[in-house]
Order: sequence, then C-alpha cells, then structure tokens
Amino acid sequence: MMKRREFLKHAITVVAGLSLPLAAFRIVNPERLFAGQEDLRWIFLVDTHKCVGCGFCVSACKIENEIPYDANVTRTWVERYLVTRDGRTFADTPKGARDGFTDRRIDLGEGQFKEIKDEEIEKAFFVPKLCNQCENPPCVQVCPVGATYRVPDGVVLVDRKWCIGCGYCIMGCPYGVRFFHPVHRVAEKCNFCYHRITKGMKAACVDACPFGARQIGNARDPNDPVTKTVLTGRVGVLKDEYGTKPQVYYLGLSKEVR
Amino acid sequence: MRNHVWRPLYLVIGVIALLLLVRTLVVPEDFGSHESGYMYGWHRKGNEAEWRQVAVKYRTTAYCKDCHSEKYDSIRNSPHGIIPCEDCHGPGMAHPDDPAKLPIDRSRQLCLRCHAQLPSPSSGRDAIRGIDPTGHNPGTECSLCPPPHHPSVSEMQ
Repeated sequence: MMKRREFLKHAITVVAGLSLPLAAFRIVNPERLFAGQEDLRWIFLVDTHKCVGCGFCVSACKIENEIPYDANVTRTWVERYLVTRDGRTFADTPKGARDGFTDRRIDLGEGQFKEIKDEEIEKAFFVPKLCNQCENPPCVQVCPVGATYRVPDGVVLVDRKWCIGCGYCIMGCPYGVRFFHPVHRVAEKCNFCYHRITKGMKAACVDACPFGARQIGNARDPNDPVTKTVLTGRVGVLKDEYGTKPQVYYLGLSKEVR
Repeated sequence: MRNHVWRPLYLVIGVIALLLLVRTLVVPEDFGSHESGYMYGWHRKGNEAEWRQVAVKYRTTAYCKDCHSEKYDSIRNSPHGIIPCEDCHGPGMAHPDDPAKLPIDRSRQLCLRCHAQLPSPSSGRDAIRGIDPTGHNPGTECSLCPPPHHPSVSEMQ
C-alpha cells in the first residue's frame, strides 16, 4: 500500500511534468533567446538632405521586384513635405513618386491640387520611405500562420506560398509599408531586395539613386560606412515611441515627418 | 469499459489523433521556429531560398562598364555622371542576350524628375537647374537641345 503523503507527492510530480510542453525546454536555450546572426544585420540609411524627389528608386524597385507598374501599390515611396510660414504642413506622394515630383502643386488626392506660393513656404523636402525591418516587427507577431518571419540577418520576409491573405500584418504595421499584392494575392513588402543583398549587391533603390540618398549596410561590421554614420551621426528613426526598433535610419529627419 | 464515460473519451482521442495526422501531412517538414526563436521565427525554412532566387534585373553601372567603357569614361566627368546608366536605359536584365537592345527612355517626363523647378528649400532639389514644365518648350523632347550625356548650358547659348 502507498502512503497518502507519497501518493500526493507522486501525483504533483506527474501533473507538473505533464503540464510542461516539450517546447518549454527549448525556449530557455540562450541561443534562441538572443536570436540573430553575429556577423550580419542589415540596416538602411536615408539622407533626406540629398533626396531631390526624382523617384528613380521607386520605379527601379517596382521593376526589380515585379510590382505591377501601374497599380497604386509600391514597396518604397517618396513623400514630399511642405511647411508654410504660418505652420501648416502638407504632404503628398503622387503614385508613390514613381514618376518623381514634377508638379509644384500639392496633390491632395481625388484630382484636387493645392497651390502654395513660394513666399509662403518655410521649408520643403523629400523623405523616402521603405520597410524598417524592425527588430521587434509587429507585422510578424500578428501573423496567425507563420507566413512572415524575421531572418537572423534582420530582414523580414513573407512566404507567398504560406500566406493566407488575412491582412492582419498590413493593419499591424505602424509604418504602412505592407500592402496586398494584386497578382499573387498575398501580403507584400520591401525586403531590402533580399535576392540582391544575399548576392553581394545592393538594393535596387540604392543602386538607382543618383545622389547617394539611400545606403544599405551591415550593423555588425564596425567599419561599414553606414554603421559608422548610424553610430556617430545624428540619425533618427520613424515612430520610435512604438518600440518596434526600426532599422532604417534617417539623417535630417524633421518633426513633421510621420 | 464500455460505458458512457469512456465512449466520449475515445472520440476525443480519435479527433486529436486525426488532427495530428492531418498536421503531419499538411505542415512541411522545414516549418518551425528556427534561429529567430519563437517570437519572430516561425516559418518555412525553404522560403528563404525562394526569395534568394528572384532574378536580378538592374545590373548596375559596373556591369555596363565592362562593354561600354568608352561611354562610361566620357559621362563620368559630366554633371550627369552621377546618374546610373539603367535609370534612363532601363534594367539591363540579361543584355546583350536578352534583350539585345535596351529601350532608352527619352521622354520629357524622365528629365522632369529632377529638372522640373519646385520650390524646395531645405532639400538638394534647389541646387539643380530647373525649368517650368508648362512654359519651357512644351511638348518637345528635351534631348533635342542638351545632349543627355554632356549637358552644358553655356554650350547651348
């Protein structure tokens, strides 16, 4: 006969053992806790002082990544900001600046334009946008099927075969960089031209920019010029308060930029 | 053992077994949490290779230089020397095999990307010579006046 005390002891051990899923033993593995590649972490640097709004980056991106050219979706785009002397801020990005900025009027959408006189303008500048390849990507967290994920080198990818097109990630991205691919009918986003950077090339937008406003680099290489600028220069990131730890750094960011 | 307590239990066990069976059939073997851990790492490992296989279309100026070194050398010192070849000539793809000839974009729209005058203080755009697209020889191809590889305003005047 088993004693009551012993029986209870054994029962607790068995229940505790059963309630631990096998997965729990793997989560304490430090390698997985500090996930990431030791020698490679892709980062991006945008110098807004250099950007002139030509939009060559956008057209190159659309062709390189086979995004339908005339569909109003794009992986990267350029925004024009215009601040007037009386403190009003205007921003536009006609067709994502695929054809650059050729009209001095602000495109308000739906065929409406706003003319602003030269003498009213306090400042006007261009800001290229793309996926921030966040260290804490909210888009990945909300995916219910594991179709989007962060590669150890930092890039966030979408598995086109696995995506069910629910659109949670599109809503989850605070930067609005995700969209629905009109042909593949899955979530789509910038991936720093993963097929190029893994071949030792640069992203198509970086190669297309005549002014050097876009640069890509490796944060784990202290001698990388981009990393040097990010570490020592006065850089900013977009929506820092969201805690996403975005990895696209901006030189010359202004408070009007969202 | 054939009583009202055990029968539903068998049913539940059966359903669980069926779900596990379906899961092993549907979920690919390389699906898992992999290196990025549980929070951000769930994916099909094979997809990384799929993304790497996307064809490169823009081959960069370095690729053009191999054959067109003369053109390359001559444009380098002109104000347009900073513009990558493929911005105007289109993506190199597998040229010269496919396509044999690259279509050059000579449209006014292309030049206007930089040379439409916009009031943009606090941006590099102001340093570029600009024209008013509606007033400056409307409808004419820009390259009729300044040669795109060697634009020089003083020579035109």
